[in-house]
Amino acid sequence: MTEVSACFHCGDPCDADAIVFDEKNFCCNGCKIVFEIFSENDLSGYYDLQNFPGASPKELEGKYDFLDNSAIADKLLEFNDGGTQIITFYIPHIHCSSCIWVLENLNKLDRNIKASQVDFPKKTVRVTFNFEGISLKQLSLLLGKIGYAPYISLDDFQTEKIKKDRSIIYKLGIAGFAFGNVMFLSFPEYFEVNEFWLDQYKTTFRWLMFAFSLPVFFYSASGYFIAAIKGLRAKILNIDVPLALGILVLFVRSTVEIIFDIGSGFFDSLTGLVFFLLLGKYFQQKTYSFLSFERDYKSYFPIAVTRINKNGSEESLQVNEIKKGDRLLIRNDELIPVDSILLKGKARIDYSFVTGEIEPVEKESGEKIFAGGKQVSGSIEIDTLKPVSQSYLTQLWSNQVFDSDKENSFTSLTNTISKYFTISILSIAASATTYWLFVQPTLAMNVFTAILIIACPCALAMSAPFALGNMLRIFGKLKFYVKNDQAIERLAKADTLIFDKTGTITANKKSLVTYEGTTLNKGEKSLLKSTLRTSGHPLSRILYSHLNGSELVKLSNVEEVVGQGISAKFNEQQIKIGSATFVNAGNIQNNLQTAVHIRLNEDYKGSFLFKNEYREGLSELFKELAPEYQLAILSGDNNGEAASLKKILPLKTSLLFQQTPKEKLNYIRQLQQNGHRVVMVGDGLNDAGALKQSDVGIAISENVNVFSPACDAILDAGKFKELHNYIKVAKGAMTIIKISIAISFLYNVVGLYFAITGQLSPVVAAILMPLSSISVVLFTTFMTSLISRKLN
Amino acid sequence: MSVIYLLLTISVVIAVFFFVVFILSVKGGQFDDTYTPSVRMLFDDELVKEKDQVQKTTSKNKDE
Repeated sequence: MTEVSACFHCGDPCDADAIVFDEKNFCCNGCKIVFEIFSENDLSGYYDLQNFPGASPKELEGKYDFLDNSAIADKLLEFNDGGTQIITFYIPHIHCSSCIWVLENLNKLDRNIKASQVDFPKKTVRVTFNFEGISLKQLSLLLGKIGYAPYISLDDFQTEKIKKDRSIIYKLGIAGFAFGNVMFLSFPEYFEVNEFWLDQYKTTFRWLMFAFSLPVFFYSASGYFIAAIKGLRAKILNIDVPLALGILVLFVRSTVEIIFDIGSGFFDSLTGLVFFLLLGKYFQQKTYSFLSFERDYKSYFPIAVTRINKNGSEESLQVNEIKKGDRLLIRNDELIPVDSILLKGKARIDYSFVTGEIEPVEKESGEKIFAGGKQVSGSIEIDTLKPVSQSYLTQLWSNQVFDSDKENSFTSLTNTISKYFTISILSIAASATTYWLFVQPTLAMNVFTAILIIACPCALAMSAPFALGNMLRIFGKLKFYVKNDQAIERLAKADTLIFDKTGTITANKKSLVTYEGTTLNKGEKSLLKSTLRTSGHPLSRILYSHLNGSELVKLSNVEEVVGQGISAKFNEQQIKIGSATFVNAGNIQNNLQTAVHIRLNEDYKGSFLFKNEYREGLSELFKELAPEYQLAILSGDNNGEAASLKKILPLKTSLLFQQTPKEKLNYIRQLQQNGHRVVMVGDGLNDAGALKQSDVGIAISENVNVFSPACDAILDAGKFKELHNYIKVAKGAMTIIKISIAISFLYNVVGLYFAITGQLSPVVAAILMPLSSISVVLFTTFMTSLISRKLN
Repeated sequence: MSVIYLLLTISVVIAVFFFVVFILSVKGGQFDDTYTPSVRMLFDDELVKEKDQVQKTTSKNKDE
């Protein structure tokens, strides 16, 4: 029985030929080398903080050559002056405390690195170094050598650096600071005791409160005034209108009161109100800094490729400058950025990010290749047909759907209710004032302003942010990363669900493997497994892991013909594994199914058939969804799987095949024009248009560190079967918001009683408003956590 | 009781001072990343190795 130990560096299982160094096992030479680098440079603490923190370093030949181009390097550097340069790298492998530790100790690896700081949520490291001692390319290569290769894409090169917007923190800080101080200063006058000293100093106290409230009114609350004016101009009564009105009336009445010595004003309620509102806004702003919901193809494309000039020399060329007719060299593991024709080399292209299909596509010389795929077997040379912006893939982004913002056309629940709220409050205020004008005119102004103050919809404005903000957090813990709270509202309203096939309802990693042919004995199986181990083809790897329990043997004469198969020899036995033609299988029956055939010596043994395995729980999920939702599968594939799909899915599911990205988009648009609210679930770049057009676009991801196209939510593939439960909880959150709004109305009724009867004193306002806000916050947070308890 | 003017002035000045420090620290980017410092503070401090200790380890590596 072969002992399987875990690699000390990366934790992968080390097989028979584990490399032993310094009394530790390593699965490959790469891991051992990283360990050596760390121990020689006093960095062995890396392994103390976390078990198996490392990654096996990948092949880096030529990967960062474009950084030698000074124009590109200049654009990427954040700071460039004399002997100090600063750059921020995005490093997908950052995932634990060991990563933080080793990346902040980079200066031990090279003296020219002065300092480095990790931002863990964003998975970036900011390195300060000296250009003259270590170039940008050498720095990237160094990081790659220790398993932390930076990911640099066209997006980093093209997007302008966005200025960080910290205004919400400033506003919140000012409001909180003022709120605390004003509360203290307003205390003496709450109790209306006629003390001499109180009368002496109350002017000082009142004007101090006024001073503290000024920055709150003019700066912290400014956002609400601006939004209210915008809404009124567009003739919409959104929630900001009554809020702004309330704040304005509060300020004006309080100032008037202290100038004419009528009372102490409501500055405590003013600052408290603004503080709680901003707190809600801050709470609602949950972002996942290591994910991006805005990705397009630019995040995936490299900045530069290698062009082969007429005289045979190679040069680095920026991707946007590629012209028709350019001859490009694409190395192993590099992306093909343009539609082109294959000139030289054996092309095996992985389009999994575009279509979700993990099986590489093989092309011969002279055949057309589409942009967006990754070349996975050696280098090829291609002849450009169209520049980057005109390729079949990137053209999708010129569709008008990418110009509009689906959030602008959606009216949230809060804004719908606020319309009625504002109108009713204004009418109550008008009627109450008119009443008092006849009965006791001195009270009229008092009552009018009091109504507008106490009826302030702060609780209404806070129900949604806190409920949905909490839902965002809960969903995030369950690996359902939603972009913002509006997306949850739209999800709750959906009535149609559309799924892509490849990569969405089919699992990328697992493949159902069945064997047809003469059964293999133990020795034959171990020979098979040992031969498979030498190959990097995805089918070999799947088959290898399928054959567990077999021993490994030492082979001789191992030969892999790329794209065809492998042959090897062991003790006089010759084995051939691969395509039907490679093993001379004779008649080939099943062309639609992927198969790996086996020939041992002179006998053809049989073949392993690979079927796409559907995701766990797919059938149950569709059964659960069928009663309430309209369902459809839109696939870019051929209809080979139609029969098996019909067996596992409910009858009413529409199945459409051979859909181009544009056709998927139009299908959804058609549904929306018929009044449906559509959720699209997809995974590849070719679903980008459909995801953008739908009301809610959900991208399924097997590994959230790898990019997903622009969407409203990213769902981890393992949680796919929970989709219906998540939608149910989203609907529950909306119900909770409605209940909490009802509760806030109760407070309003109580407050209105005081206001209409002219009894609204500062202390009553100061009690009611925070009380209503806090109870709404507690209620929504508690209830949303409660309904999510059953989720896992 | 007129000492209250003095007391108010002092407390307001101190409060404003802390407020200014808060604004400066937000500007300096201290609140941009609130997670990593919590991990960073758990790292052990580096012990300053004696010179001969460093030489011993390098010569040991050379022997291997």
